[in-house]
Amino acid sequence: MKETEKTFLKKSRKIKNNPWSVVYACLVYIFLYMPIAVVIAFSFNTSRMNVVFEGFTFDWYISMWSNTLLMQAFKNTLIVAFVSTLLSTFLGTLCAVGLNRFEFKLKSLISTSLYIPIVIPELVFAIAMLILFTSVNISMNMATLIISHVTFSMPFVVITVRSRMAGFDKSIEEAAHDLGANELHTFTRVILPMIAPGVLSGAMLALTLSLDDVVVSFFTAGPDSQTLPLRILSMVKKGVSPDVNALSTLIIIGSVLLLVSTTLIQNKLEKEG
Amino acid sequence: MKAKIKNSLPPLAMIGPSVVWLVLFLVLPLLLVVGISVLKRNGYGGVEFIPSIEAYKSLLSTDYLKVFGSSFLLSIETTVICLVVGYPFAYIIANSSEKIKPFLVLLLMLPFWINSMIRIYGWNTLLRSSGIVNHLLISLGVIKIPIEMLYTDGAVLLGMVYDLLPFTVLPIYTSIEKLDPSLIEAAKDLYCNKRHVFTRVILPLTMPGVFAGSIQTFIPSLGLFYIADMMGGAKTMYIGNLIKNQFMSARNWPLGASLSIILIVITLLLMRLYGKVGSLDDMV
Repeated sequence: MKETEKTFLKKSRKIKNNPWSVVYACLVYIFLYMPIAVVIAFSFNTSRMNVVFEGFTFDWYISMWSNTLLMQAFKNTLIVAFVSTLLSTFLGTLCAVGLNRFEFKLKSLISTSLYIPIVIPELVFAIAMLILFTSVNISMNMATLIISHVTFSMPFVVITVRSRMAGFDKSIEEAAHDLGANELHTFTRVILPMIAPGVLSGAMLALTLSLDDVVVSFFTAGPDSQTLPLRILSMVKKGVSPDVNALSTLIIIGSVLLLVSTTLIQNKLEKEG
Repeated sequence: MKAKIKNSLPPLAMIGPSVVWLVLFLVLPLLLVVGISVLKRNGYGGVEFIPSIEAYKSLLSTDYLKVFGSSFLLSIETTVICLVVGYPFAYIIANSSEKIKPFLVLLLMLPFWINSMIRIYGWNTLLRSSGIVNHLLISLGVIKIPIEMLYTDGAVLLGMVYDLLPFTVLPIYTSIEKLDPSLIEAAKDLYCNKRHVFTRVILPLTMPGVFAGSIQTFIPSLGLFYIADMMGGAKTMYIGNLIKNQFMSARNWPLGASLSIILIVITLLLMRLYGKVGSLDDMV
């Protein structure tokens, strides 16, 4: 009875999308995907200039590997994304579980301050990091870049994992203790499997934030730790060669595959949970 | 005593590392920004440890006030366009059939996964005077000489709207999804017409999403200096570029720091305002 009522309400809510709204949605999606399509299309262009499509070629996909600056930037992007995701997921998950579990004085202060990196403009955070590292005489390198990325992504992990834990039955944890499981076992065998989907989406968020970042990296990367977006920014005025398009296309394909596969894994985890 | 230590160790071990991390790499740096903003600059790009409000005073000069003016104008334009374009879009996605909805949401999220620099570079290619749009218009006979589209204020606005639109749409979409369908049903039962269902029921109830979306668009838009660099050719100076320059080329740290403080103050004010209509959790 309740189910039918629900579906009935759901149906009646639908102020049905008319053909015009379908056209409108398509136009917005075209707007969102047009520049991406252009980047991909020109990676197959024989002309060096990204102006007119002259002919089809795979050459850029071969020549890009010998563009050392580009490859170095790509490698840096991957290293920073990987290490910062790992670190922020680890720190953030621990923190989320701790915050969910214990009551203490400074808890609300900590929970609130977690929102600082989320709400302040990236640029302000970026120059704050620049000032910090410069004032202790550390010149920018891979480590400063990774530290900065961990700082802005970790709060997102904490919040994602916490929201996942919000509806949890604490008695399960107590039951594990009663049955003789120690702290470590309770964590690895009871809590972790339960929060796994949250941890995964937190990690994905951290990865996206790191890969998508321009502003913070601009100020905290050293000459040897330039990431791909920074390289593109510095090239754009002089003209970008199509091997950048080729590499970008591979990255786009990689991102799509990663996003689709994590969505699938997540659905599976949800079902098991 | 022993039991107490055992009990207090886990929270310390679990929360401690993150707290130490955030104090060292978030709180401390932000305090340094505040500190630097009230020091005197020296001629070598650093600061002298003499308290001074010189930087804040210089912000009142007409040059900088102009920068504030053009920045806020750009950010407001961006936010308004994103709302006007994004609300109906979010509404359409939320009302689509359950079968295609997850796919539509995925399509909306996907651009996040592709670095915004790559996407903005795509626009750069499209709009160049020798670019595709001009080429197309000329071959269609619409224009004879290429129009200067890139490196204009309009191009910067386009880039901003493009980059931030998904940030506007997602919170609005979430709030429309949360809407209790029985309320709309009730309004219809009480002979409310379609327009009034929207203006008196749907819109007021989704206001938290509209606010969250606006803030998530407005605040980042103040700092996206690279869009102005890529699309505007640095013709008009915006606050983000001004701050960047103080740390990169002009080397006037106190000025850059005081500008950042202004951004923080604006952010805090907006968050306070937002706190009255919605919860912080809706921002994530």
